[in-house]
Amino acid sequence: MIDPNLFQLICFYAFGVVTVGAALAVITLKNSVHAVLALVLTFFSTACIWLLAEAEFLAIALIVVYVGAVMVLFLFVVMMLDIKQEQVREGFIRYLPVGIVVALVMLVEMLALIGVRAMQAIPMGANPAAAAGMSNTAWLGTALYTQYLLPFEIAALILTVGVVAAVALTLRQRADRRHESASQQVRVNARDRVRIVKMAAEQPARTTAQPQQPGDQEAKP
Amino acid sequence: MPNFNDILVLLPEFYLVAAACLLLLLDAFMKPEQRGLLHWLSIAVLLVAVYLVVAGQPDGTATAFNGMFVRDRVAEILKVFALLCTVLVFVYARPYLADRKLFVGEFYTLAIFAVIGIMLLVSAGNLVTVYLGLELLTLSSYALVALNRDSPLSSEAAIKYFVLGALASGMLLYGMSMVYGATGTLSLAQLHGAAAHSAMPNLLLFGLIFMIIGIGFKLGVAPFHMWIPDVYQGAPTAVTVFIGSAPKLAAFGMAYRLLESGLGDLAQHWQLMLAVLAVLSLAIGNLVAIVQSNLKRLLAYSTISHMGYLLLGLVNAGPEGYAAAMFYAISYALMSTAAFGVILALARAGFECEEIDDFKGLNQRSPWMAFLMLLAMFSLAGVPPLFGFFAKLLVLQAAIDANMLWLAIVGAVFAIIGLYYYLRVVKVMYFDKPQDGVRLEVQQDVSLRWMLSLNALLLLVLGLCWGPLLGWCRAAFGLVSA
Repeated sequence: MIDPNLFQLICFYAFGVVTVGAALAVITLKNSVHAVLALVLTFFSTACIWLLAEAEFLAIALIVVYVGAVMVLFLFVVMMLDIKQEQVREGFIRYLPVGIVVALVMLVEMLALIGVRAMQAIPMGANPAAAAGMSNTAWLGTALYTQYLLPFEIAALILTVGVVAAVALTLRQRADRRHESASQQVRVNARDRVRIVKMAAEQPARTTAQPQQPGDQEAKP
Repeated sequence: MPNFNDILVLLPEFYLVAAACLLLLLDAFMKPEQRGLLHWLSIAVLLVAVYLVVAGQPDGTATAFNGMFVRDRVAEILKVFALLCTVLVFVYARPYLADRKLFVGEFYTLAIFAVIGIMLLVSAGNLVTVYLGLELLTLSSYALVALNRDSPLSSEAAIKYFVLGALASGMLLYGMSMVYGATGTLSLAQLHGAAAHSAMPNLLLFGLIFMIIGIGFKLGVAPFHMWIPDVYQGAPTAVTVFIGSAPKLAAFGMAYRLLESGLGDLAQHWQLMLAVLAVLSLAIGNLVAIVQSNLKRLLAYSTISHMGYLLLGLVNAGPEGYAAAMFYAISYALMSTAAFGVILALARAGFECEEIDDFKGLNQRSPWMAFLMLLAMFSLAGVPPLFGFFAKLLVLQAAIDANMLWLAIVGAVFAIIGLYYYLRVVKVMYFDKPQDGVRLEVQQDVSLRWMLSLNALLLLVLGLCWGPLLGWCRAAFGLVSA
């Protein structure tokens, strides 16, 4: 049986090496999809280290928010930005090995983590949450709304600025934009939509040569 | 738990937040032609905030929200001048923005949010508040720089500003995490006691270095100045005048909070680092400015050298030095608003008036504008009896008091070198013939003309009677007024 402390230390170093290695891969890999996958691994390994430090809430938030939402979005964006079409089509097979490697390392990390938890690891330092007799999440919430209330509010302000800036920089009132007016659509009459045009019967040979007039299409019986 | 007293201490900040949100709502429901009302309301909001900072508060130092926020004289003076500079910016900016279809409500709300960031930053009592205040300020600034979406130069400046600013924030955060690791506290007041006998002095120094890099980026001192020229030149001039004024006060406030309130025990270590940064800024700022042909770019390099002078005050690491540096920051903010104000007053739709050649023969077209520009340039150069001269004298004195005579000599030598490019602008205005085809006209906006005249004449008035302002600065740092 391995000493729980030692096992925890080994796990920490293993996670640390994976984190740093994956972070290096993010900036060295030429293929941007590979880089994003490596970033997912970086986040996941960091979450594992946080779990070792008994910061459960942060670890879960990192996985749910960053790995689950932000990175998936990122992956979509990177894949959409890829200019070469043939690369995108054969993408699945090409990215599969890297994806499997990332998933495997994650799995090993998770198993190791479960092992650490099972061995009743000794806390690394003074844990204020444990001292207060609360769960990590409850303690974080309490601290956020009492001691760190002002920073919390400032963070909300920063988000507001983000919204204002996003609207100011992207909302364009373009004159040539095609937009729908709901009220006009509701008040429309059948007369406005369908226009009956009387025209002479055409010779079959000449129909293809004649250019179509815009707007006449729906008027044809 | 926070209570009502905490809110009272933060009254100006809370008021500004509420007012900014109301202005945002008002803008959404306003017709574009009514936007002049928003302009005057924004100015009124800022002036009321000045009143709240000055009069609405009990005297003395107070902390709120578990020491997250500190209100003292230093913070009050910086806040008042940051608010007043923003009022000047709003007045100067309006005709320029209106000419370029940039006269939008977001300019006002984003600038007010930036000012809230400045106010929180200079009042920070905790590393977390320092960081968040800084982010509030810089995020608003990035958006302001990018406000002119149709200009590629503006977008390029915004991207450069954003990437380098994010990098600087990362450096600052990294340094903060190291300092936290070495001392176990985020509170600046507790850091002050804990830093001297930390169990891990090397880790603390490591953190200090990264924090100084972060401060250097925000002040824009060499070698962390790369973003300044591009951002100053690329941003709409109405935004440049903002970035060049109030945030400089905030950067001084941040440096003071982090280095003195927090890591004052390590002064012997950071003094030399700041001295090196100061010499590099003085050299790069003054020497590169000589070859510039674009006035905005020239003023950007001049900013770098001025921030170097500000560091001369901080190097002193004593109350005298901080008072000198704060005096310098205030003087620089006023001088830079005046200089950019003249550019804004001469710019028209389709004509930026930012090349030095555009100013040729300004004296023949508009002697008054030429005179105001002369005051701003002489003050920036440090020609007596203007404001800038006395500010320079104080920081050089502070460097000598810190037993760094060599640094003061370097400062004086570069002040003389810097004289060349400021005088070149004056020479072009007074002794060159007007360019053919360049039509120099002054904006007809009455408030702009009056405020600009007031701003520039203030440089002369404060240069002659600097006593009261210096008295406030010295009293803020616990010194008896001279």
